[in-house]
Amino acid sequence: MILVFADQSEGQIKKQSLEAMSYGAATAAQMGTTAEAVVLGTADAAALAVLGNYGAAKVHHVPAASYDNFDASAYTNALANLAKELGATVIVLSQTTSGKAIGPRLSARLKAGLVAGAVALPDTTNGFVVKKSVFSGKAFAHVKVNTDIKIVSLNPNAYGKIPADGAATVAIHDIPFAGSGITVKSVNKVKGTVPLSEAELVVSGGRGLKGPENWHLIENLAEAIGAATACSRPVADAHWRPHHEHVGQTGGAIAPNLYIAVGISGAIQHLAGVNRSKTIVVINKDAEAPFFKAADYGIVGDAFEVLPKLTDAIKQMKAGA
Amino acid sequence: MKILVCISKTPDTTAKIEFTDNGTKFNEAGVQFIVNPYDEWYALVRALELKEAGKASHVSLITVAGADADPIIRKALAIGGDDAIRVNLNSSDPYSVASQIAKAAADGNYDLVLTGKETIDYNGSSIGGMVAELLNRPYVSLATALDAEGGKLSVNREIEGGEEAGELSIPAVISCQKGMAEQRIPNMKGIMGARTKPLQVIEPESSTPLTEIVRFEMPPAKAGVKLVSADDPAELVRLLHQEAKVI
Ligand SMILES: Cc1cc2nc3c(=O)[nH]c(=O)nc-3n(C[C@H](O)[C@H](O)[C@H](O)COP(=O)(O)OP(=O)(O)OC[C@H]3O[C@@H](n4cnc5c(N)ncnc54)[C@H](O)[C@@H]3O)c2cc1C
Repeated sequence: MILVFADQSEGQIKKQSLEAMSYGAATAAQMGTTAEAVVLGTADAAALAVLGNYGAAKVHHVPAASYDNFDASAYTNALANLAKELGATVIVLSQTTSGKAIGPRLSARLKAGLVAGAVALPDTTNGFVVKKSVFSGKAFAHVKVNTDIKIVSLNPNAYGKIPADGAATVAIHDIPFAGSGITVKSVNKVKGTVPLSEAELVVSGGRGLKGPENWHLIENLAEAIGAATACSRPVADAHWRPHHEHVGQTGGAIAPNLYIAVGISGAIQHLAGVNRSKTIVVINKDAEAPFFKAADYGIVGDAFEVLPKLTDAIKQMKAGA
Repeated sequence: MKILVCISKTPDTTAKIEFTDNGTKFNEAGVQFIVNPYDEWYALVRALELKEAGKASHVSLITVAGADADPIIRKALAIGGDDAIRVNLNSSDPYSVASQIAKAAADGNYDLVLTGKETIDYNGSSIGGMVAELLNRPYVSLATALDAEGGKLSVNREIEGGEEAGELSIPAVISCQKGMAEQRIPNMKGIMGARTKPLQVIEPESSTPLTEIVRFEMPPAKAGVKLVSADDPAELVRLLHQEAKVI
């Protein structure tokens, strides 16, 4: 049996967890077994039922409200107990902030090999080999897991969310909350916007934008297509933009469907954070900017002239559609 | 409070990534190696700041690697730290590496183990969590701020779409990232001093790897950029809508 950790936020199963569920279901089909999900904390029947639509045969729900606050030790303990009780052979998580906190703990607890950052289904023809991203997106490694239980932590946006017609039955479990003694003092979430790590479309600005007073050009384009905004490191270092928008080697690594880079030269350290994007568009006034080599589409031109025109063209397309 | 900072040797951020022996070996020829930036800029510098503020008594560095990592650990010692340990094991299996660090942390009675948020080569983000579990300690992942006061730690960490502030007691394990400290450039005195700081080489505990890398693969080359005239952004919109189907 394949056990998928379905992370929830305010009672809603996260998008990355639906990807993990789809991945778990496909792996299960490949191995001739079933995929089942684990949900920790408060979630209603409708939220749990969604997992059935992505291939869960069963949902194991630990409804205790103590799990509403994330705690790596308590989550690890609950998953480890369920995995043992249910005889799971593969555990699937997503490589998000929560997955990065739980995966390694769970691996050490169960002495189960972990592949962190998987990008494709396992090859089960000869053992259990999973392809993962290494060298900051510049290469892949095929990692063989040599233990009876295998843990796969799937990179966000690397495997689709694949609807399946099925309904999951729900089993309720009571597992005492074994917390690690970390007291949460405050939680500060950026409200109203899609977190960068979850965004499918991203518009990003670099030093070519000249200063924070010009960022409305980036924001208007982002708004027109419904994208999140990001920036290069010098932009965040100069406090033109908040630090959480910084992408690249030393900032966030993202893999959206569309990444539009405006006034960014495309230094190798910047590319390291965005090179897994499916489609890359570069707007730069320098035809020699290295970013064009990594791009799918490009416009050689002045951002201050191109951005308003591009935003208008998008609005026209949307109005006509 | 005694701090143990985990240091990893990684290729420089601009290194050319290539593989030899049928894609089974990373080609080190011509590659510059550095201290993994997250270990150096954030974990190590914050540990030094805590010591300078009188909040930590001792800062040790640890690496799990062969003798080829000695210059890297000396580089880290040039930035600071009282002494270093190298566990003489070359492994790409995070569990094997974490087991060695956990053993050394327990043997040396370290109250706080700091790691970078990930290494820029294997990008596993795994060592900290594994060490925490092996030592049965709390683990704060992806921390952006850390302070200490009489055995209590206050930590900010990244969560999905925001930040969380929390408190815990030592002993603990924390992985560090941007926000925690500013990069330091080693000075001449540091570089000279690093040569004579104690570097203890210990043989590894036996441990069975849970995983192994069977081969590497390069991503397919991009087809090449399709350029659109700056006067015709509508054409770009059409391509993104009809060809790439992303908007
Ligand atoms: C260890 C290390 C880690 C690093 N980590 C990161 C990281 O995580 N993320 C990151 O981004 N960088 C990182 N860097 C820095 C990186 O090397 C580059 O310096 C940085 O990405 C450059 O940012 P930029 O492209 O915004 O600025 P610049 O390199 O200054 O490029 C500006 C670009 O804007 C173009 N431009 C100027 N005016 C206009 C205009 N009017 N219209 C259109 N285009 C215009 C220029 O042609 C140029 O290409 C790191 C560096 C090191 C050494």
